[in-house]
Amino acid sequence: MKTKAASFSSLVAALGIALATPALAQKAAEAPGGQYAREAEQMFRTSFRADNPTYWMTRLEQDETMKTCLQYRDNPPRKIGEKLERLNKATVRYPVDGKLIGDWKEGEKLAAVGTGGHIGFIQPDPAGRLRGGNCYACHELAKKEIAYGTIGPSLREFGKIRGKDEGTIKYVYDKIYNSNAFTACTNMPRFGLHSWLTPEQITHIVAFLIDPESPVNKD
Amino acid sequence: MFHRFIKTLASAACFAAFAGPALAQDSKVADELAKYREALADGNPADLLEVKGEGLWSEKRGPRSASLEQCDMGLGPGKLDGAYAQLPKYFKDTGKVMDVESRLVHCMVTLQGFKPEEVTKNWYSRPGTESDIEALVTFIGAKSNGKPINVPATHPEEAKMVKMGEYIFYRRSGPQDFSCAICHGQDGKRIRLQDLGNLTTKEGAGVAMKTWPSYRVSQGAVWTMQRRLIDCMRQARWPEPNYLADSIIALETYLQKTATGTVMETPGIKR
Repeated sequence: MKTKAASFSSLVAALGIALATPALAQKAAEAPGGQYAREAEQMFRTSFRADNPTYWMTRLEQDETMKTCLQYRDNPPRKIGEKLERLNKATVRYPVDGKLIGDWKEGEKLAAVGTGGHIGFIQPDPAGRLRGGNCYACHELAKKEIAYGTIGPSLREFGKIRGKDEGTIKYVYDKIYNSNAFTACTNMPRFGLHSWLTPEQITHIVAFLIDPESPVNKD
Repeated sequence: MFHRFIKTLASAACFAAFAGPALAQDSKVADELAKYREALADGNPADLLEVKGEGLWSEKRGPRSASLEQCDMGLGPGKLDGAYAQLPKYFKDTGKVMDVESRLVHCMVTLQGFKPEEVTKNWYSRPGTESDIEALVTFIGAKSNGKPINVPATHPEEAKMVKMGEYIFYRRSGPQDFSCAICHGQDGKRIRLQDLGNLTTKEGAGVAMKTWPSYRVSQGAVWTMQRRLIDCMRQARWPEPNYLADSIIALETYLQKTATGTVMETPGIKR
């Protein structure tokens, strides 16, 4: 019964893809791994030491968003994408004082830090090492930092271009907290959802992007 | 060797031109470049390891006092020319798809009588601890220099490993939502100043695969493909897969199939 319902809904989903985006229908035909997906998951899971700390191993868990993004190679049909976006939108939490824009100087530091959170035996980070947003890995931000990556769009002069109204501030906070609330399966991490950054740290990065005094918007 | 050296110089010059404007502001890049030049002064340091590996290959070692000269890397016992370029592949004697490193360890165990945990203890080098595996893989790799990568994965077990590697390539998890694909699934991107290859295309996978094993200037050591991929997972903030884990061999099979046809230039030298 359950299987029937599942296959019916996947049939509906498949029809949905075909109708909504005929160009993508062919691409979305097979999920990575094809008929071996389940076996591949099993193989991956058993690739690690049995005596690893539990919290390390929880990093292999996938929530619904991760599973779905894998299935569609990060390019889900719009209907499914919208569902994931709603799901992720509901996870956003705000600082207790309700203030969404903090100190751009703190944000500037966090944007440059790419360390923290490495585990394992070969080259782990020392406990308590600062985890940053590592924004420069993927985005252009302040003009003076030219060692920036291009996986994400340029955010140079973000505040100058987009303004500093409440709506924009909230959008930036929400986007950093949970990027998938706006674009399902985006490359950008969900910094708040995973507690990689605290709500307070996110407000500092918001300020780095929006504050007119921030080097993102000045010089 | 000389030809390779010239190529290395040319790519270093490109690197320098690209990174040039960054120098004034980013001393880290300057340090890297200095190390780069230092390394280039006497050619690729991996060449020394290649010579060491050649010695280890023919030396009688282990409880059975045997050399590795009868080791079958997929082209028949002792046949090494082009062997690296056609791995991973399915081996009848073990019933498994094996990469160069798992096959090498298999030979060290079956021919020389070493215990698996003994030979894999130093699967990568650390300051003060050398790795026989690194040396042997550098030697075996160099025997494929100039040969096209050839992993068509026509055997069903190989085709299955390609699909399983593809699955792992797109699988997202961890506190940064990473997968291999988020950095290596598009053309023309870079992380900070580092160019990223699109490993889903022949060109991207080819550029990535043809130069391993490779001397890494930033690490001061030769890295094998196992080391490279295990470190990718570390950077994704996942736990490290075990050395020679099937999931690493699956990823290698997926990448080598995609890169098939690309001419090997190994050992390489990288950032």
